[in-house]
Amino acid sequence: MKARIRKLVTFLEETREEMGRSINPPTQRVAAVAIIENPYAGKYAEDLSELIAIGEELGELLTQRAVAALGVSETAIESYGKAAAVGENGEIEHAAAILHPKLGAAVRKVLGKGAALIPSSKKRGGMGVVLDVPLGHKDAAYVRSHFDGMEVRINDAPRANEIMVAIAVTDSGRPLARVGGLVKDQIKGEDGLR
Amino acid sequence: MPEVQVRKKLMMVEEIFHEGGPISIKPLCRAAALAVIRNPFAGRYVEDIAGFMDDLKPLGLEMAKFLIAALSGDPKKVEGFGKGAIVGSAGELEHGALWHVPGGYAMRQLLGDAKAIVASTKKVGGPGTRLDVPITHINASYVRSHFDAIEVGVTDAPRSDEIVLALVMTSGPRIHARVGGLKASEIKGEDGLR
Repeated sequence: MKARIRKLVTFLEETREEMGRSINPPTQRVAAVAIIENPYAGKYAEDLSELIAIGEELGELLTQRAVAALGVSETAIESYGKAAAVGENGEIEHAAAILHPKLGAAVRKVLGKGAALIPSSKKRGGMGVVLDVPLGHKDAAYVRSHFDGMEVRINDAPRANEIMVAIAVTDSGRPLARVGGLVKDQIKGEDGLR
Repeated sequence: MPEVQVRKKLMMVEEIFHEGGPISIKPLCRAAALAVIRNPFAGRYVEDIAGFMDDLKPLGLEMAKFLIAALSGDPKKVEGFGKGAIVGSAGELEHGALWHVPGGYAMRQLLGDAKAIVASTKKVGGPGTRLDVPITHINASYVRSHFDAIEVGVTDAPRSDEIVLALVMTSGPRIHARVGGLKASEIKGEDGLR
């Protein structure tokens, strides 16, 4: 384990009803979050390879935990997203080092598939900062019913020398999706877009 | 009394490895279960509300069972608990008090007749309101190492005619507990206090 993890947090959300209409089966989404020490806090480092390696490690760990919390098989995951919040002694590039070079491949290894780009967001902030993790269909980014976002907040993170890393997955789109566009049954899932 | 209508549920599980001190071999696990329900008494004064406590009992048991499962599945490994409620703006604080009996007794029952009073808090608030749910030892309220709290909240709840109900459980003392007082190993566990 390369990352020094202070804590791991999992949020599981299940929507059973919206505007008085029953959602059956309920839509479920999960965010798995790690609070890790930022090895580059407080100094400028040209080479961020330690965080790149941590990204690969967390991609696997957090995706496994998220899928386990949903209680479904990896193949039942329909959409995904990732995000990171860097504590005040770090820089936004630290979030980029975790999220972009190697984390995605590790996520896809767990899920077995994932042709689409993993939508992401990042920011720097203090403890309790709100992270909105964007969500998109894992095999076809244009599936409109699966455009969504999940809010994640942990009151005591990130501390100044920490980074909060989140991966969100779902087994469904929005609860009452009805604004048209590409639907999941029509996708080819080859180019990651349609 | 009216049927309990659940719009959504949110579960949160935290595994804490350290907080700046030595990394614990056994991480502290803390879990929270939240249910967003319709407030059947919203928007008007209703004198007779107490019957709704019985209606909430199955939900209390469902949430308590989830928490035990989240903390390893063994009720004997649960050492702390607490409960809380956030009432939407068209309701009154008293509606939150309906949760004391069904929430508290569900946990005590599943934890083998836990002796201590279940620490609690409640408030009226809008969507996204945060609640610090207090936690104490399940058999002896004075165990100092187990005094804790978990911050919970749901981004889009409670709406004005809703109530967020919360139950929380923990697997042990604060991760670096070291301020003395009554120890869990010293309790008699008879009066719920010591």
